[in-house]
Amino acid sequence: MKIIPLWLHKLSSPPAFYRFAGRLRPWLFGSALLLGAVGLYGGLVLAPPDYQQGDAYRIIFIHVPCAWMSLFGYGCMAVAALIALVWRIKLAEVIAMECAPVGAAFTFITLVTGSLWGKPMWGTWWTWDARLTSELVLLFLYFGVIGLFNAIEDRRRAARAASLLALVGIVNLPIVHYSVVWWNTLHQGSTVNLFGKSHISGAMLWPLLLMALATHLYFFASVLNRARVGLLAVEGGKDWARNLIAESANA
Amino acid sequence: MSEPSSNPAPLLRVHALAFARNDEAVFGPLDFALDRGETLLVEGDNGSGKTTLLRVLAGLLPPSTGEIRCDGQAISRDAIAGRMVFLGHHPGMKSDLSPCENLAFLSGLYGTREGVSVDAALAQVDLSIYAHTPLRLLSAGQKKRAALARLTLLPGELWLLDEPYANLDRHGIELVNALISMHGARGGATLLTSHGAVRFADPNARHVRLELAA
Amino acid sequence: MATIAPARTETARAPGASAAARAFLRRELLLAWRRRNDALFPVLYAIIVAALFPFALGPEPQLLARISGGVLLVTVLLAMLPTLESMFRGDLEDGSLEQMLLAPQPLALLALARIVGYWLTTTLPLIVVAPLLALLLHLPLDVLPVLLSALLLATPLLALLGAVLAALTAGTRRSAILLALMLLPLAVPVVIFAAGAVAAAQSGLPHSAPLLWLAAALVLALVLAPLACAAALRIAIES
Repeated sequence: MKIIPLWLHKLSSPPAFYRFAGRLRPWLFGSALLLGAVGLYGGLVLAPPDYQQGDAYRIIFIHVPCAWMSLFGYGCMAVAALIALVWRIKLAEVIAMECAPVGAAFTFITLVTGSLWGKPMWGTWWTWDARLTSELVLLFLYFGVIGLFNAIEDRRRAARAASLLALVGIVNLPIVHYSVVWWNTLHQGSTVNLFGKSHISGAMLWPLLLMALATHLYFFASVLNRARVGLLAVEGGKDWARNLIAESANA
Repeated sequence: MSEPSSNPAPLLRVHALAFARNDEAVFGPLDFALDRGETLLVEGDNGSGKTTLLRVLAGLLPPSTGEIRCDGQAISRDAIAGRMVFLGHHPGMKSDLSPCENLAFLSGLYGTREGVSVDAALAQVDLSIYAHTPLRLLSAGQKKRAALARLTLLPGELWLLDEPYANLDRHGIELVNALISMHGARGGATLLTSHGAVRFADPNARHVRLELAA
Repeated sequence: MATIAPARTETARAPGASAAARAFLRRELLLAWRRRNDALFPVLYAIIVAALFPFALGPEPQLLARISGGVLLVTVLLAMLPTLESMFRGDLEDGSLEQMLLAPQPLALLALARIVGYWLTTTLPLIVVAPLLALLLHLPLDVLPVLLSALLLATPLLALLGAVLAALTAGTRRSAILLALMLLPLAVPVVIFAAGAVAAAQSGLPHSAPLLWLAAALVLALVLAPLACAAALRIAIES
């Protein structure tokens, strides 16, 4: 059982991680692309149209996995942020900060696709529905983390400050969701429930799950890819980074 | 740089201490010890990392490598807090408050040395007549004297003084030297930085020339 | 061993934590008194913002009465923003923050004293002037107690949250917008419950639940925010 912590410890050294992430990258991107293509084909072509929404529902094959990823990304960022703050591990700081833009992108896609879906469904681009509102607040949480990270000059201090903000945000997130739901009932907003108790048929489910898997893989691929660059930026003065840059210049 | 004194656990012991900012070495690795009654003068040019060293010793910055021991124990915030008086570049005082009010506040956080009052501390630095003047109306040298008054007032064996001579005239420099000698005589230790332009009077003080690490 | 003994007694002479917090609060109040004109600016700002709404929306009392609760809460929040931003900036610039961090006192407690001082000197005047603004915006008089209790619960909560963010941004330039961006998601539940209580009271619905939620959140923040603020200050000083 001691092998796993040892392996993790080795991996947390920047050059080892750089090589590991570099080897993993093509597989992750490749499988994400493949699964995404199959999932989209299944969702957009094979799955039957919805008896109520027609073809408009097909946006869920993008919208729903992205919505899951927006939360999953925040969770990943918070875990990395906690590790970064408690153990001051440079790699965790970099990963936490690279989770933020990827998660923010998924959140943004969720909002845009939700808005596109809202037009045929509710007849309006935007409605202060509890889910959409929470998602908007989530986007601002991401923006706050990214903004704070960029506002502080010292990279490591910036990462730690933004990590602390990410942790404050994760405490805040359930409170936001609860308060928004309460606010929605108070103001009697739109009561259209997108998923409600409707049952999803198998022909719609498997493409959705494939898409979810594909977005997860893409998320990891993207974060690892960004973390490699982030590590190079932070470790630019170290020997391994210099050697690497010299090698790539020669090649 | 210098051998530890005969006491098995000196007040401050620094081993292989180094600090790097964004992987660029600021100072170190450094080894030195500072015992009670001793004065250590850290010299170096501007930008050689003197201030950073002091901030690391004070616990404001985490060292990149190495360790700091206080009385033989690995340093922690609780171990050093209250045993140390830190004087940075900034006075650490509010410009809208008078020296008297500022010192009263500091003693509210740190406590006071036995038998010393705020008035006595201000008299020691020749600032009695400005005791109730807001700090922002005082000259740079007078502000520095107000900041120095905390050395007399607050308890703490270890003084960390960053450029204590800055902004001071000849009398002020003598005052700093007198304060340090007095502190050493009662068993306190002082670590101070200077860019070397000021002649330090105490013949017993040890000097450390801080070299900028490559 | 004999040499260590005086060190122990010197440490023991450090004042107790509550005495230190009192000293801190006394300094905050003294400072606020020296700069008492500064306390007027948030109040003036709030009056200006609140007075703009009737010009923008028209002076019909029914319309103003319906929106007044929410407008007042947002106004108070906006008036707090610029003062929050500079909460720790002065302390960082004049070295007071170093002295605060190095004191033999729990930093979280000192941070809490700072926040209490901020609330008493900056936010309380806003709450005092709130009934006047409510009058301008035709808030029904019987809702006023609910508005004031919502403000009394919401403003300390915002001050606690804002202090954490102010500590995080203390060392950055042009942090006003950044602070607003960071505060918005944290302020959403506070605004929802505080304005919700006023709205519920106005439409004759029970309004105690949102106020109790605010009170619960305040208790939680009173425990957690000073700790987070202390951690943020330690990061801020590492520059």
